[in-house]
Amino acid sequence: MSTHIPAGYKWWTGGKSPYNVSYGKLMMWIFLLSDTFTFGALLIAYGTIRVSHDYWPDPNHVFNTFPLMGDANLPLAFVSLMTFILIMSSVTMVLAVHEGHKRNKKGVEKWLLWTILGGFLFLGCQAWEWTHLITHTHPVLIDGKIQEIGATIKENHFGPIVSGLFHNGHQVTLPGPVAFGNSFFGITGFHGFHVSIGVFLNILMYFWTLNGRFTRLGHYEMVEKVGLYWHFVDLVWVFVFLCFYLI
Amino acid sequence: MEHANQQMAIAPEITFQHEPAPNTKRIWKTFWILLFLTIAELALGLSHYAFHVEGWLLMFLKGGMIILSICKAVYIVSIFMHLGDEVRNLKLTILVPLLLFIWFILAFLWDGVAYKNLRNKFNVPAPTEQAAPLHDVQKPGTLD
Repeated sequence: MSTHIPAGYKWWTGGKSPYNVSYGKLMMWIFLLSDTFTFGALLIAYGTIRVSHDYWPDPNHVFNTFPLMGDANLPLAFVSLMTFILIMSSVTMVLAVHEGHKRNKKGVEKWLLWTILGGFLFLGCQAWEWTHLITHTHPVLIDGKIQEIGATIKENHFGPIVSGLFHNGHQVTLPGPVAFGNSFFGITGFHGFHVSIGVFLNILMYFWTLNGRFTRLGHYEMVEKVGLYWHFVDLVWVFVFLCFYLI
Repeated sequence: MEHANQQMAIAPEITFQHEPAPNTKRIWKTFWILLFLTIAELALGLSHYAFHVEGWLLMFLKGGMIILSICKAVYIVSIFMHLGDEVRNLKLTILVPLLLFIWFILAFLWDGVAYKNLRNKFNVPAPTEQAAPLHDVQKPGTLD
């Protein structure tokens, strides 16, 4: 995109906004900046707690399952799919914004529908992953007794291995750090909440496009603002992916 | 005041209107870059699992993944969110406050490490770890 701004143009002489964007878009940026610090604070709190522990679960071991694949050891495969879905939905969103610039109603509708589908797919993947972590139990040695527990915000089975001790063919572990479940479910849940809001806003944009609201207005700037939010959600996932699954 | 392109006035705050991009080439190029960076990240993440990397090399791999993630963030913000095409005043308003993260991350991780050192120095071992004397418990102290 090209703009024809003369060199040395004076932005601060008054009578105009020095930001060259509409009030709504500027406020969306400011909101996203504040949300960056909310997510930043959550992820940094997670990092602080993690480095304060001697032992922390290995993500390649925790996230190694895939739907319909049983107990096959597939580290990071499912989360890669989730990441791909979210990047792809970001691309379809930016294509919707692009069609909006050209004021092509049909194009905006089409790409918004793909974006909504991507959002639902991502949420479905997250629901599966949570269900799997919570309901899939493993033997853990607690107070000298072996108990079958899943991963929740209160307990998890990702502690150090008790070598040589097996229970029904499964390796027995010690309880993992409680903070692992707290931060994982807390932060991915907060991100999923953002995705849900994004899907809702995209559905709203789809119906507003459908009933000709933006055709009457003469521009699709509202789609652009929702697009900014949707890309931000993708951006947050880049760092959630980094902090929980990769590092 | 000079108005460049009046045909599509979104808001009076906008002095210079952006022209729509002629095609979607840039979008798809960014998509391939993001996909490539993600695959590179995954390769690094899986390699330290497959080869049981430890110590400084592990730190190096993790540093690589952090740098790749920041590259992805730059592409998303600059191209998808169009911040790269906005005027300098808006760019600085959004990006300068992010410098706070430098202090934020350093100070808090430092504090976490200090807390770990204090705990290892002064805490007595938890009773659950003593209650399993028959079995050789894996020695704590590493992330892996």
